[in-house]
Amino acid sequence: MPETSMPGGPAGAAGGSREGRAASSRQHLRARPVRAAAVVLAGGLVLSACGGGDDTPLLTWYINPDDGGQEALAQQCSEEADGAYRIQTSLLPNDAPSQREQLARRLAAGDTSLDIMSLDPPFIPELAEPGFLAPIPEGVAERTTSDTLEGALAGAMWHDELVTVPFWANTQLLWYRESVVEEAGLDMDEPVTWDQIMDVAEEQDKHLSVQGIRAESMTVWLNALVESQDVSILVDPSAASEELETNLDSEAGRAAAEVLHRIGSEGLGGPGIASMDENQSMLLFQRDEGSFMLNWPFVWAATNAAAEEGTVDADLPDDIGWAQYPRMDADTPSAPPLGGINLGVGAESEHPELAYEAIECIVAPENQAEYFVTNGNPPSSEAAFDDARVEEDYPMADEIREALDNAAPRPQTPYYNEISTTIQLNYTPLSGVDPERTPAEADTTVGEVLRGERLL
Amino acid sequence: MTTTADDSRRARRRATDQRRAVRSDRSRAEARLGWLLAGPAFVIMLAVTAYPIAQAVFDSMFAFRLTAPDERDFVFLSNYTTIFTDGVFWSALGVTVLVTIVTVAVELVLGFALALVMHRALKRLRGLLRTAILVPYGIITVVSAFAWYYMFDINSGFVNSWFGWVPGIGAELDWFADFGTAITVIMASEIWKTTPFIALLLLAGLAQVPEELLEASRVDGATWWQQMRRVVIPNMKAAIMVAVLFRALDAFRIFDNVFIMTGGDADTEVLSLLAYRTSIGRLEIGLGSAISVVLFLCVLLICFIAIKFFKVDLASGTDASGGKGGKK
Repeated sequence: MPETSMPGGPAGAAGGSREGRAASSRQHLRARPVRAAAVVLAGGLVLSACGGGDDTPLLTWYINPDDGGQEALAQQCSEEADGAYRIQTSLLPNDAPSQREQLARRLAAGDTSLDIMSLDPPFIPELAEPGFLAPIPEGVAERTTSDTLEGALAGAMWHDELVTVPFWANTQLLWYRESVVEEAGLDMDEPVTWDQIMDVAEEQDKHLSVQGIRAESMTVWLNALVESQDVSILVDPSAASEELETNLDSEAGRAAAEVLHRIGSEGLGGPGIASMDENQSMLLFQRDEGSFMLNWPFVWAATNAAAEEGTVDADLPDDIGWAQYPRMDADTPSAPPLGGINLGVGAESEHPELAYEAIECIVAPENQAEYFVTNGNPPSSEAAFDDARVEEDYPMADEIREALDNAAPRPQTPYYNEISTTIQLNYTPLSGVDPERTPAEADTTVGEVLRGERLL
Repeated sequence: MTTTADDSRRARRRATDQRRAVRSDRSRAEARLGWLLAGPAFVIMLAVTAYPIAQAVFDSMFAFRLTAPDERDFVFLSNYTTIFTDGVFWSALGVTVLVTIVTVAVELVLGFALALVMHRALKRLRGLLRTAILVPYGIITVVSAFAWYYMFDINSGFVNSWFGWVPGIGAELDWFADFGTAITVIMASEIWKTTPFIALLLLAGLAQVPEELLEASRVDGATWWQQMRRVVIPNMKAAIMVAVLFRALDAFRIFDNVFIMTGGDADTEVLSLLAYRTSIGRLEIGLGSAISVVLFLCVLLICFIAIKFFKVDLASGTDASGGKGGKK
């Protein structure tokens, strides 16, 4: 942009002798308005050169923080569009609830810049119900979900209709230290139960790496424990707010609370359990007292990187194994947590057709595979798992795929935030969880909150 | 006689009327100019303060959720009933009051001590001392909250290892898991951050204490404590009250420290955080507005109590005689 040097003319005036500068000061003052006008004119020229000359429609993609993968995909798809559109990214806050808050406020205010949004699945019904999301054209729905894994597809629907496009899917595995299970004599090729891993941790005086912080991770955990007993937290997720009932105060709910209670009361999660999030639990697992960890696949890439950097023992990755999420009872398959990101288009977007065109490019299986390899987030497309790079970098890719097939979404309702917050308030700290009292209290609280009878 | 007296009275009244007319014209012109000068600022103040307050009061009478724009119901004062009958609100109010009382009291004592040090310090050191003391106040609250959080966090903090020799502190102490320890860290951070503010206000008050009074008390043989109690503190009452009032209002609206360190966990939720969680987190605009209005009324109440009972006149200072002196 050669214009930018034009307003910089005074560079020469800065030089010269002191006398010369003093003599020209009056002249300088007289020249100031002329110079200011020149600066304004030049600025206008620069702006017009940058903006006005390019008629390519600009799509804004609100992305959650990652390792730069979404930014790279935005550039790649912009190039492939060959002038049909250009994607620019805008970064959302770090955690999912804050992302929801910002997007919901913007959507409610009719912000037209929300062309593409990276959405956490549990918050989709809340945005779909009031019509904040632009409908998906039929062809796009078919093309983008033809090989989507079942769990990921379930999280993209509302009222049996596809309202967002799955981009990547996430799930948790049971990570373990080979040395610990060897000493315990546990056969990890067979499904293991929560009781088994808690017993091993207790016997060997090790810590279980779970997430006990008052945050979304608590809902993720509790939901997986309840769903692993073939029960859902909500009796009828599509019910109106006043009629929404939970299954927390049931046999399954109490059994789930029993697991939390034991880990909390016996200190199996370590002394810092009350502030333990996903990252902290990974760090605990990497230490000598690590035994089992329930966590997302990002831990594999992060631990390998730490081993290469020398911040953890270089042999640590060799001591790490993985298996399916633990069962609640030996005969019922587990239902691991479902996470990930779906792509939605704002109802007030000025370019919904182009936005969906761009989404088709973004979620192409080869792009999902690339995103997995570079950013550690597993694909929602079955075909992407067959990519050679995936198998090479993620030896547990098959387990992830299997877990995604069995994964269960968190309660799908526009009132998910209330339910999740109630769970977080009632089930933390873990040491305070009472299987007889806590589920019943949480159940009552949800009802009262949704009827507007109490605060949260 | 009567006629003459009446005439002179009439003449005096005419003269007064003329003077009034003259003054009235002038004062009207001045008032007009005053409005012209202050008008824009007044309108902007109304727009940025009165309008949002009025909007919050209006919204607080509706059951209104941002993500359900079509289900807006007028519920009059029902939101207030919900708030006042809920233990969550009273717990948040209790924590807020506790933080306000403890932090302001501790800051007042520490701030006074710091002000005395600065006041008595050698002239050459005074500037350096003031700058050093002001450093915490210059740090953005969110930044200081993060610093305190990471210091005390069981996983990343150094406090447990550095102070392991102190009874009650050990490697396994999770400061943010229990109310007592969590609120202690929150209040300590608040005190560290804002004591310089009080210290500066009190330093200004100290500078206003007449030196001759101190000299007289010294001649009379008053001890240091007597000088403080009888001369210094009564003469800087205005500064003390202003410091207490400003800090009390500030402390009552505490948000950043709690938000960063516990997010309201371990029963440390305060009123402003409750308002934030309801309005922004739950997107319940009606209920959240009602909490905000209650918070606003509490702040007004604090102002009222401080001004009424402590005889603070922010416009023209305080009756330093403690109400015994003449009228202003």
